[in-house]
Amino acid sequence: MRIRKHPSALVFLALLAVFTLAMTLMSEAYGSGVVPTSTIKTLGKTLCLALAAVAMDLVWGYAGILSLGHMAFFALGGYMIGMWLMYARTGEIVAATLANSPIPPTTEELRQGITGQIFGVVGSADLPLTWAFAGSLPMQLLLVLAVPGLLAFLFGWLAFRSRVNGVYLSILTQAMTLALSLWLFQNDNGFRGNNGLSGLQNMPGLTDVPQSMISIWFLWASALLLAGGYLLAAWLTAGKFGSVIRAIRDDQTRVPFLGYSVEGYKLTVFTISATICAAAGALYYPQAGIINPAELAPIASIYLAVWVAIGGRGRLYGAVIGAVVVSLLSSWFTGGRAPALDLGFYRIEWVNWWQVLLGFGFVAVTLFAPRGLSSIIDVIADLRPPRRRGADLGPDISALREKEAEA
Amino acid sequence: MHHFLLTLLLLLAPPAFAQDLASVLQTHRDQIERPSRQTIAPVIEALAGAGPQAGPVLEAWADRRLGLAGDRFVIVESDRATDAVTGAPVADEARVLKPNSGVRGLIGTALVQFQLSDPATARRAAALDAIARGPDASHLDALREIGADPDPAIAARKARLERLLTIRFDPDPLARVAAIDGFSGDTGADLQAVLNPLLATTRIAAVTIPDGANVAAELTPGDEIAEADAYRLLVEAGFAPARLSAADQKAALAAHVVNGTVGGVPVADLSDPARRDAAHDALAETGLVLPAATAAEAEAALTSHHFADIYVEPNAEVTNAARSALNAMVVRRGAQQAADLTLDALSLASIYFLAAIGLAITFGVMGVMGVINMAHGEFIMMGAYTGYVVQTLIAGRTLSLIVALPAAFAVTFLAGVVLYRLVIRHLVNRPLETLLATFGVSIALQQIAKNIFGTQARPLTAPAWLEGSVGFGEIVSISTIRVAIFVLALLFLVLFLWIMNRTRLGLEVRAVTQNPGMAASMGINPDRIAMMTFGLGSGIAGIAGVAIGLFAKVTSELGSDYIVQSFMTVVVGGVGNIWGTLAGAALIGFLQKGIEVMNPGNTLAAQTFMILLIIIFIQFRPRGIMPTRGRAAEA
Amino acid sequence: MTARTILCSTALTLALAGTAWAQDDPIKIGVLHSLSGTMAISETTLKDTLLMLVDQQNAKGGVLGHQLEAVVVDPASDWPLFAEKARELISVQGVDAIFGGWTSVSRKSMLPVIEELNGLLFYPVQYEGEESSKNVIYTGAAPNQQAIPAVDYMMNELGVEKWALLGTDYVYPRTTNTILEAYLADQGVAQADIFVNYTPFGHSDWSKIVADVAALGNDGKKVGVVSTINGDANVGFYKELAAAGISADDIPVMAFSVGEEELSGLDTANLVGHLAAWNYFQTAESDANDAFVAEWKARMGEDRVTNDPMEATVLGFNLWVQAVEKAGSTDTDAVLAAIDGLEVPNLTGGTAKVLPNHHLTKPVLIGEIREDGQFDIVSETDQVPGDAWTDHLAESAVLEADWPGRDCGMWNTQTNSCVQKQSNY
Repeated sequence: MRIRKHPSALVFLALLAVFTLAMTLMSEAYGSGVVPTSTIKTLGKTLCLALAAVAMDLVWGYAGILSLGHMAFFALGGYMIGMWLMYARTGEIVAATLANSPIPPTTEELRQGITGQIFGVVGSADLPLTWAFAGSLPMQLLLVLAVPGLLAFLFGWLAFRSRVNGVYLSILTQAMTLALSLWLFQNDNGFRGNNGLSGLQNMPGLTDVPQSMISIWFLWASALLLAGGYLLAAWLTAGKFGSVIRAIRDDQTRVPFLGYSVEGYKLTVFTISATICAAAGALYYPQAGIINPAELAPIASIYLAVWVAIGGRGRLYGAVIGAVVVSLLSSWFTGGRAPALDLGFYRIEWVNWWQVLLGFGFVAVTLFAPRGLSSIIDVIADLRPPRRRGADLGPDISALREKEAEA
Repeated sequence: MHHFLLTLLLLLAPPAFAQDLASVLQTHRDQIERPSRQTIAPVIEALAGAGPQAGPVLEAWADRRLGLAGDRFVIVESDRATDAVTGAPVADEARVLKPNSGVRGLIGTALVQFQLSDPATARRAAALDAIARGPDASHLDALREIGADPDPAIAARKARLERLLTIRFDPDPLARVAAIDGFSGDTGADLQAVLNPLLATTRIAAVTIPDGANVAAELTPGDEIAEADAYRLLVEAGFAPARLSAADQKAALAAHVVNGTVGGVPVADLSDPARRDAAHDALAETGLVLPAATAAEAEAALTSHHFADIYVEPNAEVTNAARSALNAMVVRRGAQQAADLTLDALSLASIYFLAAIGLAITFGVMGVMGVINMAHGEFIMMGAYTGYVVQTLIAGRTLSLIVALPAAFAVTFLAGVVLYRLVIRHLVNRPLETLLATFGVSIALQQIAKNIFGTQARPLTAPAWLEGSVGFGEIVSISTIRVAIFVLALLFLVLFLWIMNRTRLGLEVRAVTQNPGMAASMGINPDRIAMMTFGLGSGIAGIAGVAIGLFAKVTSELGSDYIVQSFMTVVVGGVGNIWGTLAGAALIGFLQKGIEVMNPGNTLAAQTFMILLIIIFIQFRPRGIMPTRGRAAEA
Repeated sequence: MTARTILCSTALTLALAGTAWAQDDPIKIGVLHSLSGTMAISETTLKDTLLMLVDQQNAKGGVLGHQLEAVVVDPASDWPLFAEKARELISVQGVDAIFGGWTSVSRKSMLPVIEELNGLLFYPVQYEGEESSKNVIYTGAAPNQQAIPAVDYMMNELGVEKWALLGTDYVYPRTTNTILEAYLADQGVAQADIFVNYTPFGHSDWSKIVADVAALGNDGKKVGVVSTINGDANVGFYKELAAAGISADDIPVMAFSVGEEELSGLDTANLVGHLAAWNYFQTAESDANDAFVAEWKARMGEDRVTNDPMEATVLGFNLWVQAVEKAGSTDTDAVLAAIDGLEVPNLTGGTAKVLPNHHLTKPVLIGEIREDGQFDIVSETDQVPGDAWTDHLAESAVLEADWPGRDCGMWNTQTNSCVQKQSNY
């Protein structure tokens, strides 16, 4: 892996800006209307996923920690913002209803009304403790970062302290997201069980603003956040911090001898990555409209890792390319728009065969293009890795191998 | 058969009948056609009393063989129909009546009198079943009159039933107490079913507890009974006025808004609960609303009344005997339940072990080579589908199972070898990439299974000898299929140990695991060994698939249901050690059952906490219960 | 999925959006059922049903002189995708009605979009109620059209005194069980006589739960199970019941989510005599049903079965066609105005009428499972009007939905005010 500054960051930001501007000009709200609102929403969501992939790349591509539970942080961010969205919007409705009654409502009655509306007949009559701050946007925004950050910190502290590494850590993170998903799934825990939080696309106080405009605002916000997250990641990986985490990736047993705390660095990068993920999730779910525990299923996190692998780990734009390409392709194939392939004896309908193609695609990429799709850019730019004459980049099993380093 | 029965019944039956069968059938035709359990009892009684011929008619009705051809009742036997009354053949198309199972139960109860002394053993047993399901007082006499049964098993059941019915229906309390005492040491569910209703109570509030009431317990408010509940009892009994609820208060206030104020308080201020109370008090003073009961009044009402649970059964001796009999059962039942639970946990552990053993082989034994196979779950699924396909091709279930096990092994062994040759071999020493590549294989295999077999669950049915359950006593029982899975798990453990310790392959595998370079220099081909090991692990996953399919279901998602648990089993147990896998499976199985017991209403919570406990456990034993020692551990 | 379907939908999807309405332009309807993922198991059938109905209607000359075209998309059992695809169908494809959804969460996902874009959704599955949207016609059963009559049947006809409410942990079983608990309490059943248990989707380890249920009978009361267990998990549950030697005569199981389609892949020997409550069974005796079953088998194969959500789809489609013909337009508001009070014959021999709360009248049928995977209908009620807000829970008893009258789906009859016009979630 070449240690270099990130000239690519500027190119990336420029492309992102051009893309956002172009979409704005073609949107229904501010432009010609060539691009429908549904596509704008899809693109906005894709930008958030790209940011999650960047966060994933930070821990996996740079620090060598394959977390198979990163979508837990993404979804937790979504849940935190979703709580405020539901509470505030319901609050408006309940206040409007109770205003009609001859006696003005007490605060307690308002609160009960909101609880009754949100949890319906299957919830308890009292607002769960976890919703204590749901009425306040600043508090929930803080929680968007704090809750996943704290979870990542606690989990990372426990895991890294006891030297859980490699595959063990991957499985442990998978177990973490599964446990969290099962926990949220239980109706009694106050997050509306399998239905999750819904109607998130309706902004409180903006009932009269059409979705075509809201979707563009969210696209801007997502682009801005992606730019910020990308810059942060680029800054982190470019400096000394970046060198240390790459060293940990390549051989974590030697790093302590250089005077760096492996656990400390791992914990830091894991927590930062989790909060970036959470921020991305907080922007993603208002665009998706609904969040439920299925979003935390282990498979979602594996997909995140797969995007990074396909795009090319160890470089930030690789993660973005992987996330964008795979999720847009997925959307295209499941949308029923891909023309069926007629083999004469059998007709391949992509709705049925897309997953098979995707699966074998992963295998092909890992086997034949270990540096991912973004290695195409190296070919174009005629970049060559240094000649190492067959020496491994590092002895740790999660380190990049010589073969991967070859262009 | 039926003619024989008819003759026999004719001999036994009393000579005169209230009404003959034909007229009973015709009078109640509508009801017999569309019977309801709530209204049909008199009709069944009338039919039962309509002479010996009624027996076969009732039986046919219960078995859904009684039909209507035009307006004649007929009994349908496979493809021919005979008149229900005359027995003459009927050529017309018959529409079969379908009484629901409640009505069938009532018919069964009525049939008891016909069946209890039937020469056929099966019918007498059926009669006893009917009594056990729907006992009534008349059965007690019937059982007592009928005398000893030639069949010892039926005789024993009959005697037991007679004693159970004595407890319930005998008019003499002493006989009932004697019957209860006679059961000492017994924990049967049927006995409990008789004893528990004797202890049913009603909760009352009264100024003084009535004389002669069979009191179960006196209740002190705030102690045995919550004060709010006690007060509610008082309100329901009319001893005290209801307390004012917030909603009632609001309604009362809303009804007395005068010029924007209520009781002198401006309406806008009423969002404050204290101001609401003030407004309400003001209204009460002017007499516009009834004053609410104060806390002191409620307290006084509670102290001046008595609360108690009263047995419905008036006789104290009977309730005492029943209570002590049930108390005596408690310890014994607790022990049995614990045993049952242990069996459950053992069975769950063996399922996890079976699902994980293949993974333990490919992941654990080859751990040095860093192979992690996410497609393991799909190999389990392939095994299950192989079982299903074999079952569709071979009719006999036992035979098909015998064929399916090796077939599943062969199919998944091959799949494993192919996966190894094409993918895993090229990713040696890149464990995380192996993980992703095999994940790709996993989603592709899942979708291919969906495309071939459809998304609907497929049946994989166990042969008859694996159905049913093995029981020890009343409570402890376990389904045979789970026992078979347990045996299979043991078998695999032995097989694995034998292969590893007693065969050439095992020797080579151990050599490669310990030092691949040295093994290679001794003429062992590590690549071939790895391939064989991988194939073996996959093949065992296939057999596990058949077993899991037999006890649960066969779907394309079968594998993914078990994959996370399998990984946890291996990781908790410790990589590279089959005993570790066994310990891991046992820990997870017992943990999950243990948590389930504490929270029986929510199985999901049990799974959540189980995973959490495992995450915490790993913190303390990061290398599992039985960590690999020596050189391999460094990998 | 047939090859033609894909071709047809692909051609449609590729067609240019935004072409002007001309005389020979087809009228588009959206089909929004999962064709992949966990729910494909149930929903694919409904897509096939709709394509069959569209072909039949086109053979009859289409609607208003236009041919119908079905736009099929696959939300892949991914709940946010339902919202995305619904928006695409309405705003990009310009469909005039959407037939789709199965799970509650998929409906909740679509609702805000459908309401925002003033679309029209026909939702064909029995559900938990507590909802009424201006833009949705609920053609499946509300709880009072399935759960309550089924429990009545168990109480009256089977003499059940003690209840085990077993369900998969999601909103439909939760809500249904909450309503049933309240209803049973009203009927004088003590709290101690109701056992509730929730399991995850696809649960397979049933031995402990079955033992718990069997132990309920220890106090001599007749035990009955009301099962809202979903999908595959039923297989293991029934297998374990049979293994424990519990027959339908001992402990009857009344299932709300087990129909012909679910039984078609199973060995039903273990299940004989257990019950299911639906508004339609394939064994219903009527000419309309015979014709429908024959048509379905001719199109899809002899071994295919029909089920309740399919009937609900048929009703929804027929109602939409009639409403469009009556309104003379496919405009949502015109169709909604026309559809109120419309009646179409259902497949069990009665008529389904659209009520002001956008639910239908339906008969409630109880069936006993037979060896061949079909049901013996042992009880059938008259038409029961669907109740959006259940009467058995205090907080929703005061609510009613009355779209034509009050233009409100959540009207509080105590305060005489509209709680909310748009569905919040």
